[in-house]
Amino acid sequence: MDFTLLRNIISRYCVGEENWVDSRTVYIGHKEPPPGAEAYIPQRYPDNRIVSSKYTFWNFIPKNLFEQFRRIANFYFLVIFLVQLIIDTPTSPVTSGLPLFFVITVTAIKQGYEDWLRHKADCSINECPVDVVQQGKVVRTQSHKLRVGDIVVVREDETFPCDLILLSSSRHDGTCYVTTASLDGESSHKTYYAVPDTMAFRTEQEVDSLHATIECEQPQPDLYKPSVLICEFLHVFYSCRPLGAENLLLRGATLKNTQHIYAVAVYTGMETKMALNYQSKSQKRSAVEKSMNAFLIVYLCILISKAVINTVLKYAWQWSPDRDEPWYNHRTENERQRHVIRAFTDFLAFMVLFNYIIPVSMYVTVEMQKFLGSYFITWDEEMFDEELGEGAQVNTSDLNEELGQVEYVFTDKTGTLTENNMEFIECCVDGNVYIPHAICNGQILSAASSIDMIDSSPGGYRRVSQRISKLDNKTHLLESSEVYFLNPDCVTSTNNTSEHEDLFFRALCLCHTVQVKEEETVDGIKRGIHQGRPTSFYISSSPDEVALKLHTRIKTLGKRFHQRLLHVLNFDSVRRRMSVIVKSSSGDYLLFCKGADSSIFPRVVSGKVEQVKAREGLRTLCVAYRRLSESEYAEACHHLTEAKLALQDREQRLAQAYDIIERDFVLLGATAVEDRLQEKAADTIESLHKAGMKVWVLTGDKMETAAATCYASKLFRRSTQILELTKKRTEEQSLHDVLFELNRTVLRQHCLDFGLIIDGATLSAVLKPNQESAGHGNYREIFLEICRNCSAVLCCRMAPLQKAQIVKLIKASKEHPITLAIGDGANDVSMILEAHVGIGIMGKEGRQAARNSDYAIPKFKHLKKMLLVHGHYYYIRIAELVQYFFYKNVCFIFPQFLYQFFCGFSQQPLYDTAYLTLYNISFTSLPILLYSLVEQHVTMETLKREPSLYRDIAKNSLLRWPVFLYWTCLGVFDAVIFFFGAYFLFDNTTFTSNGQMFGNWTFGTLVFTVLVFTVTLKLALDTHHWTWINHFVIWGSLLFYVIFSLLWGGIIWPFLNYQRMYYVFMQMLSSGPAWLSIILLITVSLLPDVIKKVLCRAMCPTATERAQVGCFANFQKFGEFFCQIFVFFANDETIFFGARK
Amino acid sequence: MMASSYNAKEEDGHPSGASGHGGPGVVKSKKPDNTAFKQQRLPAWQPILTAGTVLPAFFVIGLIFIPIGIGLFVTSNNIKEFEIDYTGVDMDSPCYTCAKNSSWNNTTPCTCSVDFTLEQPFESNVFMYYGLSNFYQNHRRYVKSRDDSQLNGGRSALMEPSKECEPYRKTDGVPIAPCGAIANSLFNDTLELFHIDSNGSRNAVPLVKKGIAWWTDKHVKFRNPGGNNNLTLAFQGDFSKPVNWRKPVYELDPSDPENNGFINEDFIVWMRTAALPTFRKLYRIIQKKSSTTPTLPSGKYTLDITYNYPVLSFDGRKRMILSTISWMGGKNPFLGIAYITVGSICFFLGVVLLIIHYKYDTRNNSADIPN
Repeated sequence: MDFTLLRNIISRYCVGEENWVDSRTVYIGHKEPPPGAEAYIPQRYPDNRIVSSKYTFWNFIPKNLFEQFRRIANFYFLVIFLVQLIIDTPTSPVTSGLPLFFVITVTAIKQGYEDWLRHKADCSINECPVDVVQQGKVVRTQSHKLRVGDIVVVREDETFPCDLILLSSSRHDGTCYVTTASLDGESSHKTYYAVPDTMAFRTEQEVDSLHATIECEQPQPDLYKPSVLICEFLHVFYSCRPLGAENLLLRGATLKNTQHIYAVAVYTGMETKMALNYQSKSQKRSAVEKSMNAFLIVYLCILISKAVINTVLKYAWQWSPDRDEPWYNHRTENERQRHVIRAFTDFLAFMVLFNYIIPVSMYVTVEMQKFLGSYFITWDEEMFDEELGEGAQVNTSDLNEELGQVEYVFTDKTGTLTENNMEFIECCVDGNVYIPHAICNGQILSAASSIDMIDSSPGGYRRVSQRISKLDNKTHLLESSEVYFLNPDCVTSTNNTSEHEDLFFRALCLCHTVQVKEEETVDGIKRGIHQGRPTSFYISSSPDEVALKLHTRIKTLGKRFHQRLLHVLNFDSVRRRMSVIVKSSSGDYLLFCKGADSSIFPRVVSGKVEQVKAREGLRTLCVAYRRLSESEYAEACHHLTEAKLALQDREQRLAQAYDIIERDFVLLGATAVEDRLQEKAADTIESLHKAGMKVWVLTGDKMETAAATCYASKLFRRSTQILELTKKRTEEQSLHDVLFELNRTVLRQHCLDFGLIIDGATLSAVLKPNQESAGHGNYREIFLEICRNCSAVLCCRMAPLQKAQIVKLIKASKEHPITLAIGDGANDVSMILEAHVGIGIMGKEGRQAARNSDYAIPKFKHLKKMLLVHGHYYYIRIAELVQYFFYKNVCFIFPQFLYQFFCGFSQQPLYDTAYLTLYNISFTSLPILLYSLVEQHVTMETLKREPSLYRDIAKNSLLRWPVFLYWTCLGVFDAVIFFFGAYFLFDNTTFTSNGQMFGNWTFGTLVFTVLVFTVTLKLALDTHHWTWINHFVIWGSLLFYVIFSLLWGGIIWPFLNYQRMYYVFMQMLSSGPAWLSIILLITVSLLPDVIKKVLCRAMCPTATERAQVGCFANFQKFGEFFCQIFVFFANDETIFFGARK
Repeated sequence: MMASSYNAKEEDGHPSGASGHGGPGVVKSKKPDNTAFKQQRLPAWQPILTAGTVLPAFFVIGLIFIPIGIGLFVTSNNIKEFEIDYTGVDMDSPCYTCAKNSSWNNTTPCTCSVDFTLEQPFESNVFMYYGLSNFYQNHRRYVKSRDDSQLNGGRSALMEPSKECEPYRKTDGVPIAPCGAIANSLFNDTLELFHIDSNGSRNAVPLVKKGIAWWTDKHVKFRNPGGNNNLTLAFQGDFSKPVNWRKPVYELDPSDPENNGFINEDFIVWMRTAALPTFRKLYRIIQKKSSTTPTLPSGKYTLDITYNYPVLSFDGRKRMILSTISWMGGKNPFLGIAYITVGSICFFLGVVLLIIHYKYDTRNNSADIPN
C-alpha cells in the first residue's frame, strides 16, 4: 500500500509513450526508490551545460560553408565557378574562384571569431563553481556538472545555476527573496516559498536524508506559467503535495536577502526556462540592404541581357562559315560535333565573362564595413557614462546605417526620458498640502542637506526635519538612512494632528512591501559616510515606495504603534492598489488601501477628492482606509482564506475576494513623487524634432503626469496645439465623431504645430477591426492621417503589447517609415523588437531591454549622437559604398562587353586573368573600405549643431533610383571613354617611337590602367575627409597596382602556361602617347562627375553642402583670388559679366 | 548575440566571481580610449568641390591641354604615311590572278608587282608595315592557341605541346613546332620595294629585318631549343612543321642564325596578336643612309609581292604601309584632336563656372546672412 500512489502515478505517466513525454520524475539527491518500486525507469537528462555557440571545432568548416552558400550571392558565384570548371570559358576558374575563396574565408574568419567568443562565454558560464550536497557534505563542483536531482546550495547574491525547487531556506519562515532582473527585467524582490514539508531542514545532513521524488512537466519555455509540480515524499511523509510557481526558482535569477537555500535541480542546461526562452532574434534588414538587393536584381538582368544579346549577335555574325571558321582558325573535331549545346555554352561563357558586374566582394566589404564600423559606436567616449561605467553597446551591426534613416522615434517615458529616480515632492492630507521646504524656497537640493517639511496649507505651521538620504541609482537601496527628527516640536505637533493625518501616516507605514534590511558590515567606500553604524536598506518592489518610505519614517519614529498585521492584499498591476488589514491597539479593525488614483477614486465614499485630484502632473498614490466591524472582518477573512485555499483559479478567486473587501473607502490623502527628467532629454528631443523625426512617447503612466513630462522635455511646446483622443472625450462623443473632428482640425490649419494625446483604451478602440460601421471608413486610416500631421504624439496608459502594436501600425502605414523604439524596461522589449531599430537604455529596470535591443546606450541623451552623428555617417558611408561598388564594376565590365563587338563575339577577355581576379579584391577594394569606415563629409560638431542636416539623407535619399541611374550612367560613360579612347589610339597605327606594334594585351592593360586610376580617383574626389590613412590607402593602392603590374610583366612566371603579359606594361609605359592618353582619358572620365558636383552645389545646394562650405572658407578664397586675376586679365569678360548682371 | 547576452548575465549573476579580478579596474578598462582614431577625430584635410575651387583647375587643364593637343596634332600631321592595298579584289588590279589562285595547296609561288608614286620624299627612317583587315587575330580560340613554353624552348613542351594548340597540336602523332593556330597562320607574303629611277631602272630599296620585334620578346620570351646553332639538328625528325607552312621553322631565315627558328623576328611579330580585326604589323625598316638624301625620295616605286597569303575567303584585305615615325609613333590625329577638344571644353566650362560662381555665390551669401 505504501507505494500505491507512486505506482499509480508512475504507471499513469510511464505507460503510454505520449504520457511519458508529458512529465519527468526527479529523484532528489539521486536516491533510488526502494527495490519494491519496479517501475523505476532511469530517465536521461541533459547536463547543465549551456551551449550558445553554433559550431564545434569539427563541424565548423562544413557547417559554415553550408551556411554561407545558402546566401544567394555566394551561391551565384559558386555556380559561376563551377561553370568555369566544367565548360570551356574565356576566363580561368581562378578569376572567380579566388575572389570567392577570399570572400568565404573572410566571412568564415569573422563568424569563427564570433563563435569563439560565444564558446568563451559559454565556458565561463559552464565552469562557474556551484555547491552541491553529496552524502551530507557540501561539495564544490562546476556548473556544467550539475545533474537533475542534485541538491544545490545557493548563497546570497549568487545566481541559480539551473531551475530549482526550493527545499529550505535560511530564513525561518521558509521564504527566500529573489530578483529576476536578468530574466524579465523586474528588479523587485519576489518571495519564493520552500516546500512546507522540508522547510524545517537546516543542515546538509538533514537535507540529504530526504527521500523523495518530484513529478514535473517536461520543460516548457513559458516563464510565467510554471509546470504543475507534484512532490512525492517517500519514507518520510508518504504524502503528495502540489507545488506551484512560488516554489520554482529559475536559472538566471539571483538570490537576495537570504543567507543560503537548499534546492533541488529539476531542469538543467538547455532545458531551463531561460535557455528555452532564448529565441534567436528575427533578422532585421535595413533599408539599404533592401535597395542593395534591388540593385543587384537590376544588374543581374543587365548581365543576362548582355549575355543574351551577345549570344544572339554572335550567331548572327558567324552565319557565314568564313567568319565562323576561317582557314586560320579552325575548331577541333570535338567542338564541331557539339552543335546543340554550343549555343548554351556560349551563353554561359558570356555570363562568366560578364559575371564581375555583380560585385563579388560587395557583400563581404559591406559586412566588414558594418562589423568594423560598429566599433566606432562602442569606442565613442561621448557615449560613455561615468556613473554606469559603460559605453554604448552594439548587439547587431547590421543596422548601423538604419540609424541615419529614422523617421519615427518611439520612446518610453519612465527610465528613458526620466531618471526613474523617484523623489518625494509633496503629500496632501485632508486637503492640506505638505511640501519639502527646500523646494518651497526654490532651492536645489543637495544630497546631504537637511530638508524641512513645511505645511504650506493655510492655517498650520509644522516643521519636520530630516536628514535626506540618497537613493542609490542602481538598486533603489537607501544608502545612509539615518532618519530622525531634529526638531522636537515636531513630535509634539504630530500628537495634535487630526485623526486623518494620523491614519494617513499609519497607512503609509503599514501598507507597503518595503523591507528594511540591516547590515552590520562596514564598507567605507560603498556604503557611504556612516561608518560603523548599522545601515539600513529599503528593498521594495516599487521605487515609489522607497521614496515615500523615506519620508514617512519621520512620522512613525516618534510614536509607537501597537498593531497587528492581519492580512496583506498584495499589489497587482490589474487592480493597481494594495491593502492591509490591521488590528490597532485600540482593537479596531482597519483596512488601509494605497493605490493609483484611478483605482481608488471609484471606491471612495467620502474624503476630499477634489484637492487630491488637483495635484495633476505628479505621480500620485492615494491612500484610503475603511473601518471594519468585527463581523465585516470575519467575512473578509472568510473570503480571503477560501480564495487562498482554492486549488483551481486561485488568482481569479483572490481577485474576486479583493474586490469585495476593497470598497467604501474614506480618502485620507495622497502622496506625490516626481521623476526627474534625464539630463539633456529636452535638448535631445528638440534636436530629433529639428532633424525631422516624429517623436512619440509611449507610457503606462496617466495622462497628466505624462503630459507634464512631455512639456518639460519640450516634446510639446507652448505653441503646440494639443489634440486629445482620450477615453474622457470618447465617452462624451462617439469615437467616430472625435476622430473626424480632429482630422478636420488638423487639415484646416496646416501650419500649426500639433500634439496628440491618446490613451490605451481609445487606441485599442481605434485599432479594433471595424466590423459594423464599414461605411464610416477605416478609423485606422483616419488615425494615421492625424498622426502624420502631428509633430509629437503622447500615448499614455499603454500596455506593453500596445506599444508594439503602435509601432507595427506606423511601420505598416503606406509610407513605410523607418521606426526606432527606445526604452529601458522589460515592458519595452516588445516594441524594441518590433521597430526597425531597437535601442535599449541600460537603465534601472534590469538589462532586459538592453539585451533585446540592437543597440544599447547608457542614457537617453546619447541618442542624439547615435542618430545625428553615427547614423548620418554610417548612412552616407554605406550609400557611397554600395553605389561605388556597382559603378566600379560597370566601369570594369562594360569595356569587355564593347570589346566583344570587335573580336567576333568570341568571349575574348579584354584583361589578363590576374587583373580580372585582383581588380575587386585588391586594386580597388581597400580605398572604398577605408572610405566607408572613416568618411566624414561634415564635421561631427556641425552635425550636432545642425540637426536639420539629417533631413538631407531622409528617405534613403542617396540610394534612390535616380541616384542609382546616375551612377550607372556614369559608369557606362566612363567605360565607353576607356574603351574608345584606347580604340582610337590603337586604331591601325603605332604609338611607339621605334615603330613596333602593340597587341591585344597592351590594349587591355591600357584600358585597365585607366580604369583603376579613374575609379580610385573618383573615390578620391568623393572623399571629403582626408586623413593620413586615406592618403596612404588611396595612393598606396595605385602604387600597388603599378608595382604589381611591373612585377607581373617583369618575369617569365615558371608556373604559368602562358606569358602573355611579359613586358606588356613596361612597353606600354615606354611610349609617350600611352601616358598622354592615360592622362587624357582619366581627365575626361572624371570631368562629368566634377561638373555635376559643382553645378549642383552652385545651383541648388543642399543643407549639407552649405554646411560644408562654412568650414572651408580658406580654400574658397584662393579660388576667388584666382578668379579675380583671371577677370583682371580678361577685360572683355568683365564687361560681359557686367552686362549680365 | 547570445554571447553578449551571457556576458551580461555574468555581470548580473556572479559578482563574487567576477569582481575577483576586476574591481575598479574593470570599470577603467571599459572606458574607451581617447585616441583620435577611435573618436574619429583624426586630423584631416577637407577639400570641397565648389565652383570657386574647381575653376582654377579647369583653366589650368585648359591651358595645359590645348598646347599639348596642338603639339600632338602638328607632329601627327608632319608624319608621312603611304598606304596601298594589294589584295587584288578588282579585275584590273595587278594581283587579281594571284588572289584568285592563291590557296595553301599551291606549291608554286605567285608573284605580282604594284606600282605607286610617292608625292613627297620620306625624310627620316621609314617603317614598312603590312596590314590586314577583317582578320580576327583577337578571336578567343585564336588568341589562346599557342604554347609559350614551347616557344621559350622548353624541351617537354616541344615534345608534348599544350592542349590549347588544338587542332594544330600534332599531325599524325608528331608534335608540331611551333604549334597552334597563330603560328600556323603566319603571314608569308614577301614584299620587296624598288625605286624606279628617272631613267627607268629598278633599284632595290634595302629593307632591314631586324629590330621589328620587341627586344624582350626576341631575347627572353622566345628561345630556340638547345641554342641558336644546329637548329636543323634540334628540330629535325621529331617534329613536323605547321600545316600551312611551306618550310619548317628552322628554315625561316637560314642566312642568319640569330634570326632563325623561334627567334625569327617576323614570326615573333606575328605571334603578338593584334587588338583589333584591322591591324598592321611592322615588316621592315628602311634606314636613313645619309643626312642629305631622303630615305625615300619622291618618285615612282614598285612593290614586288610573293603572293602566298589568301585573305579573300574571309573577305580580308592586305595592305602595305610606309610611314615615318615621330616620338609619338605613327600618324594618328586622334590624340591631338582629343587633347585640343578636351582642353577647349575645360576652358569653356571654366568660363561657365566663372559666371555661375559670380551669379550664385552672391545669391548664396545673401541667403546665408539671415541664417
